[in-house]
Amino acid sequence: MTSAVDEAGLESHFEATIAHKDRIEPRDWMPEKYRRTLVRQIAQHAHSEIIGMQPEGNWISRAPSLRRKAILLAKVQDEAGHGLYLYSATETLGVTRTELTERLISGAQKYSSIFNYPTLSYADVGTIGWLVDGAAICNQVPLCRTSFGPYGRAMIRICKEESFHQRQGYELLMTMMRGTDEQRAMVQESVDRFWWPSLMMFGPPDDASPNTAQSMAWGIKTHTNDELRQRFVDMTVPQAEALGVTLPDPDLAWNERRQAHDFGEIDWDEFWRVVGGDGPCNAQRVAHRSKAWDDGAWVREAASAFARKQEAA
Amino acid sequence: MTGEVRAEWPLYEVFVRGKRGLNHVHVGSLHAPDDAMALRHARDVYTRRNEGVSIWVVRSDAITASSPDEKDPLFAPSGDKVYRHPTFYSIPANVPHM
Repeated sequence: MTSAVDEAGLESHFEATIAHKDRIEPRDWMPEKYRRTLVRQIAQHAHSEIIGMQPEGNWISRAPSLRRKAILLAKVQDEAGHGLYLYSATETLGVTRTELTERLISGAQKYSSIFNYPTLSYADVGTIGWLVDGAAICNQVPLCRTSFGPYGRAMIRICKEESFHQRQGYELLMTMMRGTDEQRAMVQESVDRFWWPSLMMFGPPDDASPNTAQSMAWGIKTHTNDELRQRFVDMTVPQAEALGVTLPDPDLAWNERRQAHDFGEIDWDEFWRVVGGDGPCNAQRVAHRSKAWDDGAWVREAASAFARKQEAA
Repeated sequence: MTGEVRAEWPLYEVFVRGKRGLNHVHVGSLHAPDDAMALRHARDVYTRRNEGVSIWVVRSDAITASSPDEKDPLFAPSGDKVYRHPTFYSIPANVPHM
């Protein structure tokens, strides 16, 4: 039992570590709320990587060439790897992998709302790489310096690999834009569907994001949702021009005074609806994960049985 | 039987030698049913892009650790021994190769 006096000392040591921009490591004392906030954020991030395999995995068997199939396989395998790095980081906070999987399947923990949108055409593979992974990179680069050591280290590995994801997507779209009118129309139609959901990936606006202030004080987040969203828009506009597509927002315009782009109002009702479980694919995504977990049980069991047998021999 | 299925595979820590001449460095952890599977998983999870020429895996429960906290008394003995560092000794500037 830690006495109140000890706890105050531990807390001031924790605060001093944060103030020095030093990292917190798993065996350090930390406030319970810091631990809970991290479990929620890292688990959501891990679940997003795992669920994120589904929309693109949908196209592996229908990729138009062996080259595109190999790229897509490698990318989806990376997403699995990213999920594993992040699950490991979450587990250092005292949660088990089984608990995390169960919380994903029960809906107690969320994943990014973007993966509840369907991939209707092959152009979506390119758009996801360009816009969805582009938005993810925007979010993740600052997280490499997050205050919890294992999370930051996982983010460094992930960011190195995400760059391949974004570039392969953009190159795929460039190839289609050099193709037929029909292919160009496919790209535009895909961008039209994914633009607004990509902006929603940065989360609710700052005035509706109750956790941001505390997360920033603890060094878990270093930028607000709206700051990162603005950065993403400013980075993406010239990429859209180079690609030759139109971003579906009539209010999108350069603001000379702000030295940034103005953009239209996001449909926050849609955002909250999808987060709340009522998006186009929520039920399908979780059902698929749940089935994979159940279908894989015999493999996990067989591997454990084999290990026990080897140990006994 | 359900109990056995639900029991998690043990946790392993993974160390990768980036290239010849370097130490193995801790890169992360993973779950695996046994040592051989841990090595295979480590290859798939941590070396998809030629990150290593050699991998070590070791069960996490086999590691004895100090607390990582820098205030740990374990590291106190080295804290006041500045004479262990080369900069403790002042050598005239005209002495070469020192």
